[in-house]
Amino acid sequence: MAQKLSESLTDFPILNQEVNDERLVYLDNAATAQKPNQVVDALTHFYQHDNANVHRGVHTLAERATAAYEDARHKVQHFIHAEKPTEIIFTKGATDGLNLVASTYGEANVTAGDEIVISIMEHHSNLIPWQQLAIKKHATLKYIELTADGELDMADAATKITDKTKIVAVAHASNVMGTVTPVKQLAKLAHDHGAIFVGDGAQSVPHMPVDVTDLDVDFYAFSGHKMMGPTGIGVLYGKEDLLQAMPPYQYGGEMIGFVHRDNSTWAELPWKFEAGTQNIAGAIGLGAAVDYLTNIGMDRIQAHEQQLVDYLLPKMEAMPGVTVYGPQDPAKHTGVIAFNLDNLHPHDVATALDMEGVAVRAGHHCAQPLMDYLGLVATARASLYLYNTQADADKLLTALQETKEFFNHGTVKAE
Amino acid sequence: MGLSKLNSLYREVILDHADHPHHKHDLAESTNTITLKNPTCGDVINLEINLTPDDKIADIGFTGDGCTISQSSASMMTDAVMGKSKEEALKMAKTFSDMAIGKEHPQADLDELQDAAILSNIMQFPARIKCATLSWWALQRALLEETDDTSEEES
Repeated sequence: MAQKLSESLTDFPILNQEVNDERLVYLDNAATAQKPNQVVDALTHFYQHDNANVHRGVHTLAERATAAYEDARHKVQHFIHAEKPTEIIFTKGATDGLNLVASTYGEANVTAGDEIVISIMEHHSNLIPWQQLAIKKHATLKYIELTADGELDMADAATKITDKTKIVAVAHASNVMGTVTPVKQLAKLAHDHGAIFVGDGAQSVPHMPVDVTDLDVDFYAFSGHKMMGPTGIGVLYGKEDLLQAMPPYQYGGEMIGFVHRDNSTWAELPWKFEAGTQNIAGAIGLGAAVDYLTNIGMDRIQAHEQQLVDYLLPKMEAMPGVTVYGPQDPAKHTGVIAFNLDNLHPHDVATALDMEGVAVRAGHHCAQPLMDYLGLVATARASLYLYNTQADADKLLTALQETKEFFNHGTVKAE
Repeated sequence: MGLSKLNSLYREVILDHADHPHHKHDLAESTNTITLKNPTCGDVINLEINLTPDDKIADIGFTGDGCTISQSSASMMTDAVMGKSKEEALKMAKTFSDMAIGKEHPQADLDELQDAAILSNIMQFPARIKCATLSWWALQRALLEETDDTSEEES
C-alpha cells in the first residue's frame, strides 16, 4: 500500500487538527493544496531578512531580493524542463496566464473566419478567454467532445482541428473527469495545421512530471497554490520566439526599455510581461514549493496518488447509490474523483462529510458546459495529494456510507 | 460528533419538505415570476406568484433544482406566504433573511414563518445560508417586480 511520502504531520501542521471534533481529512486539493512549513518559512524568511523591490535598487537588500526572485524563475524553468528562463513569466495564476495569451497572441493573430478549438471539459479559465476572443474577432469556437469513458475524443479532435484553426487550448488534466489528455499528440495535431497549442497545466503540474519541451507546447499555464505554493502566483511558459513577437499584456513600471513622450520600447523577456511590482514573495514561495516537490520526486508523487486511486476508486464504484464520473478504470483516473450520491444534492453530501472532518468540494467546479454535457447540475469532488493516506481514503468511504444512511433514515442517533 | 450534528440542520420536517415539496409546480396564471440562480452551486428556482387585484397571494408555485435545504426552504416559504398580502410577505422575507444570519427577532415574527422558522439553525452552517435564503430572496424580488435572472455574485 501507498507509503507516506512526507512527514506530513510535521511538514503540514494544518493537517494535524480536528474539524467538527473529527480528524481533518483534506480532500479538496484540486481547489488548493496545503503548504508545507518549507514554503511558509521561505515567505517568512524573505519578509524578515531580504524584502525589497526587485530589478531597480542598487542596495544590498534589493540585490538579494532580485537574486531570490530570479532564482525562483530558474527553479520553475528546470521543474518543467523549459529551455530558457526567459520563457518563464510569473503571473497571478493559471487564469491570468491564459488571459495573457488570449489578449496578446490571440488578439494579434486571430481574425474573422478563424477557428479556436478547445475541449468540452475545460475549466472556465480556459474557456471564457477563448469564447470572448472568438466573439470579438468573429472567429468560431469549436469544442472537442469526450468518449463514453470521459476521455478526450482524439478522433473528434482530428476532425475539429482544421487548417482554419489558429489556436488549440486544452487542459492537460481535467479538474472534474479525472482524466489526462494526450497533450503531445494535440500539440502535434495543432502544429500540423499551422495552429499553436496552449496547455492548461493547473491540474497536471502539481501531480505529475511535466516536460514542456518534450510536449512541444507553445504556451502552458499553471498556478502556484495548487502545487503547495502561495496563492496569487502562477506561471506562464511560452516559446521564446512567440513571446518575442507578442505585444505586452500590461503597461507600466519594470516592463519598459525606454519611454519617450510619444512612444516606448519594451524590456527584454521575460520582464516585458511583468509590468508593475510583481508578487516577489509569492514567486520565492513557489520556488520553495518546487524544491519541496522535487525533493520528494514527481514520479513518486504520481505513483503515490495512483496507488490511492487504485485503492479508493473501485470501492467507491462498488458502493450502491454512488456514481463516479470519468473513467471507471483506476489506471486511467487521476486523484480527482467527481461523484454523486443517488437522490442527494452534492451540497448536502459535502456538508455531511464536513461533519465527519472530510473536506470535499461540491458544485459545478467552474465547468458549467461540462456539467450540461454530462446532464448534471453539480457533483461532489474528492481530490488527493501527496499527504493523503489509505486511512484518509477509508475515512471518506466510511463517511460516505454514514451519509447515505443518514439521509435514508432521516436522522442518526446522537453519539 | 460526526453526523449527529446534522440532526440540527436536517430536521425531520426539513427532510419531509425536501422529499415531498409543497407547491412545486407551474401556475396556470401568474402576475409575478422570477428565475434566480445561485451560480456557486448551480441551484435554480423559478417562482411564480398570482396576486389578486388587491395584492394578496392567491397562489404561488416553484420549480427548479437544488439541494435538500433549498428545496425544503422553498416548500416551507410557499406554505408560509400563501394567502398573505404582498406587504406581509415582504416582511416575512426580511424576517427570514435576518434570522438566517442570526439577527434577533420577536417570537411573533418567527411564528409567522411557520415551518420555515426551523431553518434558524442554518447560521451554524455558514456555507449553506444561501441555500436557505434563495427562495425568500426570489419571493422578495418577484413581489417587487425586479428583473429576471439576476444571479447572486459568483464566489
